[in-house]
Amino acid sequence: MGTNAAPNKTESGAEERPKREIPEGLMNRCSKCGNIQFTKELEKNLKVCSTCGHHFRLNAWERIAMTVDEGSFAEIDANLVSEDPLEFPGYKKKLAQQTENSGLKDGIVTGTGEIGGFPVAIGVMSFDFFSGSMGSVIGEKIARVIELAGEKDLPLILFSTSGGARMQESILSLMQMAKTSAALAKFQDHGGLFISVFTDPTMGGVSASFASLGDYNLAEPGALVGFAGRIVIEQTIRQKLPDNFQTAEFNLKNGQLDKVVHRKDMKSFLTKLLDMHAVKGVRTDVR
Amino acid sequence: MSVELPFEKPLEDLRKKIDHLKKVGQDQQIDFTEELARLEERYKELEDEIYSNLSAANIMHLARLHQRPTTLDYIPLVFTDFIELHGDRLFADDLAIVGGLAKLNGVPVTVVGHQRGKDTKDNIQRFFGSPHPEGFRKALRFMQQANKFGRPIITFIDTKGAYPGDTAEARGQSEAIARNLREMALFGVPVICVVIGEGGSGGALALGVGNRVLMLENSIYSVISPNGAASILWKDASKADQAAEAMKITAKDLKEFGVIEEIIPEPKGGAHRDPAVQAESIRDALWRHLQELSALEPEQLIEDRYRKFRAIGKFAELAPAMSETP
Repeated sequence: MGTNAAPNKTESGAEERPKREIPEGLMNRCSKCGNIQFTKELEKNLKVCSTCGHHFRLNAWERIAMTVDEGSFAEIDANLVSEDPLEFPGYKKKLAQQTENSGLKDGIVTGTGEIGGFPVAIGVMSFDFFSGSMGSVIGEKIARVIELAGEKDLPLILFSTSGGARMQESILSLMQMAKTSAALAKFQDHGGLFISVFTDPTMGGVSASFASLGDYNLAEPGALVGFAGRIVIEQTIRQKLPDNFQTAEFNLKNGQLDKVVHRKDMKSFLTKLLDMHAVKGVRTDVR
Repeated sequence: MSVELPFEKPLEDLRKKIDHLKKVGQDQQIDFTEELARLEERYKELEDEIYSNLSAANIMHLARLHQRPTTLDYIPLVFTDFIELHGDRLFADDLAIVGGLAKLNGVPVTVVGHQRGKDTKDNIQRFFGSPHPEGFRKALRFMQQANKFGRPIITFIDTKGAYPGDTAEARGQSEAIARNLREMALFGVPVICVVIGEGGSGGALALGVGNRVLMLENSIYSVISPNGAASILWKDASKADQAAEAMKITAKDLKEFGVIEEIIPEPKGGAHRDPAVQAESIRDALWRHLQELSALEPEQLIEDRYRKFRAIGKFAELAPAMSETP
């Protein structure tokens, strides 16, 4: 498990409350309701606030530990790293910082494993690396894990979290949307199963490409999911948007999701869904 | 010629000088033939100097010029027999997207593109060329129809991006764009895309998954508008010019990155100076690429498109590399 469990800022304003002394590492404050809880308790509770049910953000390895059967995960493409093709001011330095902060080489971990005993290909994005922004590395790793799922006839599960495209790679980052979607097109066209799980937040170029293309689109409660950011929209329509705008629940209501799944139920729900696909075609000879 | 583009100011000044001298010559019956010829010569030099050295920021301004020809300006010049179609059959007819059937050198094609407005009223109707989900779904419907009937697909890209609105989000802006990206990958007909003005973000790419992607010389294509990038990176939208340089958004840059196949030259000063000539070079380029692609079977066209986009991206693979580079 990683150590970067710091609750991230939300727009709820909870951060503005007067700070009580919190012993470093021992306790955690919920960014939504302000409740302070023992880190150990929080972790036992899968990083869901015991008071308000707020789902804290997870990094890729925490998510994998919670989702994939113990000992079954095998990482692929662990050595892909970003370059600086545009020689964008400050990009290289920022990449180094992100690796230092998160312990990751880029914003996604991909591989194979088992969920509830069902073999899967899986990719898990991590917001703590460059806000999960998609550049060439994420695009390539996703395309490869999709192709692997196709070759090995495995169901594909992608957990998304991203601020959007990685501006520092400009057009190359935009094209990762087309690349990942094209890879999915091939995979799904050949009958491949893709379960997409939106986690907080999934915005912009990730939301508007592979993440929205699941045969089943799921989300964690309260996850922010959308294309354009709230501020940009408020400036455009000159109106204040409601608090629940672009939440998983908002998207469920608007027909964009199949189901909002609580973190404690995620693994069992995925298992159930995988079980539904374990038998292909019309068959009555299996039980 | 009013100067909307500051870099054209020296040209305008010189033109005024020439006009003035002409007038003086006429009024006072003085022969300035030699001086005028010299000044015209200087004007041509200055033009070459300015237009052959446009900065990314100046190209961005040119790409956004409101006199720049739009999709509906080009369609009657590039094609014949245009039949405009409407609606996504689900919700509405988004006027930020236009399209229909037309003939390219006698061959039936489907053409679809973003449509900016010509004036304020038109712009409001067309959401400044920024589609809602129904716009992307309208485009998809046209393209699926083309695929069904074996017609090549030509798209014109010209948008600041998908419309950032609350209703757009509620109706699935992300899903609409994503679906286009996926479905365009599977069309068994030639798809040729031309960026004619501004190619802004996912809203542009949603019409951009082509076997060939071409750009007009003074068009731009980027992941986020330079204004947006500036406000995110430097908390200052007015640094858009700076961001334009950093983000490598010009046709030349994209050709180097292997994202586009061809740059279509523009008349001196930009496409708006001579839309008819511009349309002709667009038609020639489309025809050339269409002839090449027509030799491919549907499966080959799909594979060709897949390979193109699959190869885009720049990364390093550190040792020990367990898997092979594509």
